[in-house]
Amino acid sequence: MSTLRTQKDASTTPPVSLTSRRGWWHRTRDGAFRGAVTGSVLVGLAVLVALIVQSLVEGWPKLNWNLITSFPSSFPEKAGIQSAIFGTFWMVGIVLVVAIPIGVGAAIYMEQFADTEAWYNRFIDVIIQNLAAVPSIVYGILGLAFLARGFLNLGPVVLTAGLTLSFLVLPVVIIASREALRAVPSSILDGALALGATRWQGVSRQVLPAAIPGIATGSILAVSRAIGEAAPLLLLGALQFITFNPTGLNSSFTALPIQIFNWVSRPNVGFHVAAAAAIIVLLCITLLMNAVAIWLRNRFQQTW
Amino acid sequence: MIERPMSENRGAVVMDEPERTREGSSDAGVAPEAGADAVLQESAKLAEVTRERRRQVKKDADAETVFELKDVAVTYGGSYAVQGVSMSIRKNEITALIGPSGCGKTTVLRCLNRTNDLIQGAKVHGQVLYHDIDLYGPKVEPVEVRRRIGMVFQKPNPFPKSIYDNVAFGPRVGGFKGNMDELVERSLRRAALWDEVKRDLKASAMALSGGQQQRLCIARCIAVEPDVILMDEPCSALDPVSTLRIEELMDELVSEYTIIIVTHNMQQAARVSDRTGFFTVAEGQDEKDHRIGILVEYDLTPTVFTNPSDPRTEAYVTGRFG
Amino acid sequence: MAAVTTERPVSRPLQGLESGRRRYREKIIVGSLFLCAALSIVLTVGIVLALLIPSLEFFGQVSPVEFFTGTEWAPLFKNSQFGVLPLLGGTLVVTLIAAAICLPLGLLAAIYLSEYAARRTRSFVKPILEILAGIPTVVYGFFALTFITPLLRENWLFGTPPGVFNALSAGLVMGIMILPTVASISEDAMYAVPQSLRAGAAALGATKYEISTRVVVPAGLSGIIAAFVLGISRAVGETMIVLIAAGGMPNLTFNPVEAMQTMTAFIGAAGLGDQATGSIGYKTIFAVGISLFVMTLIMNIISIRLVRKYREVYD
Repeated sequence: MSTLRTQKDASTTPPVSLTSRRGWWHRTRDGAFRGAVTGSVLVGLAVLVALIVQSLVEGWPKLNWNLITSFPSSFPEKAGIQSAIFGTFWMVGIVLVVAIPIGVGAAIYMEQFADTEAWYNRFIDVIIQNLAAVPSIVYGILGLAFLARGFLNLGPVVLTAGLTLSFLVLPVVIIASREALRAVPSSILDGALALGATRWQGVSRQVLPAAIPGIATGSILAVSRAIGEAAPLLLLGALQFITFNPTGLNSSFTALPIQIFNWVSRPNVGFHVAAAAAIIVLLCITLLMNAVAIWLRNRFQQTW
Repeated sequence: MIERPMSENRGAVVMDEPERTREGSSDAGVAPEAGADAVLQESAKLAEVTRERRRQVKKDADAETVFELKDVAVTYGGSYAVQGVSMSIRKNEITALIGPSGCGKTTVLRCLNRTNDLIQGAKVHGQVLYHDIDLYGPKVEPVEVRRRIGMVFQKPNPFPKSIYDNVAFGPRVGGFKGNMDELVERSLRRAALWDEVKRDLKASAMALSGGQQQRLCIARCIAVEPDVILMDEPCSALDPVSTLRIEELMDELVSEYTIIIVTHNMQQAARVSDRTGFFTVAEGQDEKDHRIGILVEYDLTPTVFTNPSDPRTEAYVTGRFG
Repeated sequence: MAAVTTERPVSRPLQGLESGRRRYREKIIVGSLFLCAALSIVLTVGIVLALLIPSLEFFGQVSPVEFFTGTEWAPLFKNSQFGVLPLLGGTLVVTLIAAAICLPLGLLAAIYLSEYAARRTRSFVKPILEILAGIPTVVYGFFALTFITPLLRENWLFGTPPGVFNALSAGLVMGIMILPTVASISEDAMYAVPQSLRAGAAALGATKYEISTRVVVPAGLSGIIAAFVLGISRAVGETMIVLIAAGGMPNLTFNPVEAMQTMTAFIGAAGLGDQATGSIGYKTIFAVGISLFVMTLIMNIISIRLVRKYREVYD
């Protein structure tokens, strides 16, 4: 600006100004908009904080070791979540064995082998995206009609719930794995093929290992989602009074979110405290998994 | 790693004469340090002498034919990319394919190890004979073809693994049963990379410089004991010093392998190759007015650069046509 | 440069380009990978069959006219009524409230992340927002019931305060839950808008507000609408929050402070009741379920198409 001001004496034209020529209205509007976009993010963050604080405050009196070692009880002060935690672990095990390998396999096919022009592959593509957006309770209906009752008639057991949750997270695993595979440049596969590798050798030994961090991130998030799901389990008839840990695939069970729902829906406020304490445990598990997933993504992300 | 942006405008590369000194070739504008410059010039001269001698010998020898292309054309989804290519490529020679962008030289190269198969909608017409076997015959297995005909790509593409694993990958998938350590060392030596990496073969290949990565890719290619090495603009992403090392390497490898190189750098073709094929783009050859690549001239390199028979070749090599 | 003198091993025979020893193994592997992908078709067909067969039986006993126009829903009582409108109304009210929260906030948050946030801020704000999407829905339900509802009841300014169970609290919390979904997909769409468009507008003297609202948002519109549609679809399909916080009474009203039951909440609640297989009560689950599925399916397809559209434009 100083150089501009020196022109003053030399010329009669008014000095050039680089400050805004626009009125207060424009500046206010720009400022208000900046405030609005920032505020919208802050609202989300504030709710997150409120939600965690609320659970901590409500559940604090019951947050002790007994909560984890005890079984459900008719008395809120004695009630615990041991059987729920074990039930959840069993279901995670089934999801790991069923949904992850099938999901990764489907992703490998879609990204590396499928002829993307073929109508059936385009159809599968749309189907997978749609499955990812089907309400979770509809998966409960699927499990109810074919697994719990009807076709297989297994009843409300660990296997039914584990399979239903596996179906639920399968599209999530597929979509995340596809993105991870797509991020590996095609020159890696070209390089392997040029060395006389078959397509499967190139994919399984070069492309897939390079995509593992991304696949792991997506899989952890999918498992975390399975841990938190309650709606489909309700339909399968999982809301029961279970005071033992599951003994096998054919065993009755309860799970953390189901136990929480059970306690929340009771009129006795003492159970709300138990629910809040169980929520803290559930949040610890899911948030920890989210954190690991994000760390994994940042730590092993390959820049090509 | 110095990335040189690929100039689409061929006219940007100033070319007045085929015979040039080393300074003229570092056209990227990357000035090597003074010491390196002297070394560059010195070794360039030496290399020139050996190449000249080799060319003299080759000219008369009636070398064995490795590839015989008969009226080859490639279509992508029905429209022609390149048409009417007939040429025979001799054993233990370096053959350069040059020409402007979009002239189909890379497409032709990719026909030779059936890499075009990997592109959806690509179809190869005509005949590609490899030691008198039709590469596109019904029973030919592309995987077997690629084991004999290796390829080095435009941009170095090492696997995100250790140096050792990069070299060992090809032999492993090929069922190599011998001493892998020995094979890795031999391949790295032949690619003139051994001395630089021998201390830590477990180091990640991604940590190497661009030039080292490209030599690693060559080592990786040699490790499967191919018969032919195809190179698709192997130096276009490299600095002049690395480029020179690759060129020297090619010169040594040609005694054992047949090398076919696609290059956009005419000096490079003139420096390293024994024979040169010049491709260009013909406009509107089919009803849809597509641009189609054609082979204009194929001859001994000195002939193509000093005494071309086709005016289009002359225009290109003297820089009058981009 | 080291002299390369190593002897080359005996050259392999040039014949044998026809070896097919790897062919069968490879074919089996690719076949099984295809089966993994095809399982998604099996699942879809399974869902459709699971919903359709009991629903057809249901509509054999209850006329579709009664189902879609009846204003009373009491399928499990002796004098049963099968009018789905109260459930549809409940779903509509809760969804509208959630949409009123998540659409504007989601869009603004996306604009913040894509246009305003510094690289470093973005790198930790985005994961934190994503955590919101990862919180179990039963936790949101608890939060609505024990935090938002008392907050509303104590600070209510107009007329009758909300009941212990009310649609408003459930809708508000649901809106926050869906916010990250809307924000993330909208941001993807804005990210796909070429930088040159922004630079062009900036060169004409546009401010950040003008660039955001007149260049980036219009250019990413199809993706943003896709995000909106998907967000609404998720609101329609959400179960636990409404089951916990909105109550279990079918109630044909548009007053958000009253308790009401949505379609999903009915299905969840009916699941609790342990209906005998084949009973009319059991079949209502499927009749409501198929209505829910068709609604979300239509929205999902619209959303998928819109996303594909913007990808085609800029990829």
